Amino acid sequence: MKGIKTLALGAGLGSLLLSAAWAEGLDGKVIGFSQIGSESGWRAAETSVTKAEAEARGIDLKFADAQQKQENQIKAIRGFVAQGVDAILVAPVVATGWEEVLTEAKEANIPVVLLDRGIEAPEDLYLTSVASDQVVEGRVAGEWLVAAVGDKPCNVVELQGTVGSSPAINRKQGFEEALAGKDNLAIIRSQTGDFTRSKGKEVMEGFLKAEGGGANICAVYAHNDDMAVGAIQAIKDAGLKPGADILVVSIDAVPDIFSAMATGEANATVELTPNMAGPAFDALQAYWDAGTVPPKFIITESKLYTPTDDPQGEYERRKDLGY
Amino acid sequence: MTRPTIDLRPTTQPPYPRARPIHAFFTRPQVIALIAVLLVNWMLFPGFFTITWQDGRLFGSLIDVLNRGAPVAILAIGMTAVIATKGVDLSVGAVMAISGAVAATLVSSGVSAPVAVAAALGAGLLCGLWNGILVTVLDIQPIIATLVLMVAGRGLAQLVTEGSIVTFSDPVLVFIGTGSILGLPTPVVIALLLMIAATLAVRRTALGLLIEAVGVNRSAARFAGLSAGALLLIVYTFAGFCAAVAGLIVAGDIRGADANNAGLWLELDAILAVVIGGTSLLGGRFSIPMAVLGAIIIQAMNTGILISGFSPEFNLVVKSAVIIVILVLQSPLSARMFRGRSGGNSGKAK
Repeated sequence: MKGIKTLALGAGLGSLLLSAAWAEGLDGKVIGFSQIGSESGWRAAETSVTKAEAEARGIDLKFADAQQKQENQIKAIRGFVAQGVDAILVAPVVATGWEEVLTEAKEANIPVVLLDRGIEAPEDLYLTSVASDQVVEGRVAGEWLVAAVGDKPCNVVELQGTVGSSPAINRKQGFEEALAGKDNLAIIRSQTGDFTRSKGKEVMEGFLKAEGGGANICAVYAHNDDMAVGAIQAIKDAGLKPGADILVVSIDAVPDIFSAMATGEANATVELTPNMAGPAFDALQAYWDAGTVPPKFIITESKLYTPTDDPQGEYERRKDLGY
Repeated sequence: MTRPTIDLRPTTQPPYPRARPIHAFFTRPQVIALIAVLLVNWMLFPGFFTITWQDGRLFGSLIDVLNRGAPVAILAIGMTAVIATKGVDLSVGAVMAISGAVAATLVSSGVSAPVAVAAALGAGLLCGLWNGILVTVLDIQPIIATLVLMVAGRGLAQLVTEGSIVTFSDPVLVFIGTGSILGLPTPVVIALLLMIAATLAVRRTALGLLIEAVGVNRSAARFAGLSAGALLLIVYTFAGFCAAVAGLIVAGDIRGADANNAGLWLELDAILAVVIGGTSLLGGRFSIPMAVLGAIIIQAMNTGILISGFSPEFNLVVKSAVIIVILVLQSPLSARMFRGRSGGNSGKAK
């Protein structure tokens, strides 16, 4: 116990000294982060990237895992307010029910930044929100395919996410927007693969059988990389070459799609960056240093990756992020 | 203290006639349902029955139905035995995730495949034994006892994989999921062998009769000198084993252990397969081959929806409509009506 106290004292002194050295910036700031949980590999990567970003900036990050429960997030935010942190990051698990606890944070003058998802609450309760634009993700994937096939006719099959989920609706919409007016491209089949590898594989098997063993299919568009990985295996099982006989384009940019890309089995992926915290920290720094009030919605970049972007290197960079 | 006396004389009609006429098989509601679903699939997609030989294995939609139906069929084999004892095992989906996670994590850390497979099967046996102990020793109702592992098991699997999909390329594990034996996919062969072995075990020995006795009345079975507790332990452990086998198959199929999604909700499909197969949730009479048939019906429906080109919003509506029709066909009411119309002959095919 005494050792821990000494340690804490040492750390406190150390951070005091450090913050004296760099008065500007985020060094020594205490920021609480209420994460949803570890529901998916992407979420785990978001957590590890957030910790890394905080460490690089010298931030003392207080991390709270809510295990997919809103009440745990509310408890965590109340705890951060009681500890008197400098700012709070929240990846909200649901959209509603945040007014009360965010009002408490506002009254304590603690800025709150939402990560990855939006909420239904008055906009003055939070400083800003950092998220990707899922429609843009779908559009970037679609535009890549339009450019890749040129004037050739191309039948596309689509592996949708979970029926009714917002990424499935938005990524479908964005892709269709990109294909609108291109008469040589048609989405001939579209089914849900529930964002999982095994359902992606099963649905693709069905598509291949129904479309002349795959002869009528020129490309597959999957709403996430995991379904694309499953589809790639189904294409191989049908005796075709994924990436050549059937083009594969998907969204998320998880490590395994880069290893498929490195062997030429996947053609393109659009990144859903796990680095939501970086822009959030930048916004907080600008807010504290210069009083700049950030826009309410900060949209992260939806970057396209193709086999020319060093897929093996990207795989190595990402594989230890916890995906 | 006086104990109730039990009449142990055999009933006039033996419950299992060993030989049945072949036409009786084809008038079972399950078989009619399967043929109907297959015919609808064929109408939606004319190439449905086409099977070709490709890369040393059979290839076609019908093979897909069997291959994709195999994990649920294997779960249904174990589930049938559990349900026949008037129990239920909600944890099989989570046990699948645990088994896949154990095998994948071990092979990717350099352990040899046979050891990894044995460890995964061992984990499944342990999970089943745990359920059995809760049900017998602590006398917790099966639905609650197995709910514990259903919730906690997926968490255990996630702990093993540390939340990410553990991928592997070990040839043995991949063979279990995607290989082929004599042209048939390995999962189909495994399911077939397991079905035959389990059916022989319960029908060629007294085991089946004992399971039914426990299912109909556990106290009565115990008073009749049957060690009901030991039997339940065996049955739940067997269900855990079946779940572990199914878990190895789905992991091998995608060359990775997806602790979040492997086997998710499959316990419900397995229970449905058993019910479609005509086994009552109240215990007693059961049929393992019919439960396997139930699993094939469910998968034939899934595959049919996939190749039909319906938009995915209709998937669950179509599936539930077909299931309602099958269950109505099996209900005592329609059995009576059927018997009345056809002169009381073919309706007895149970």
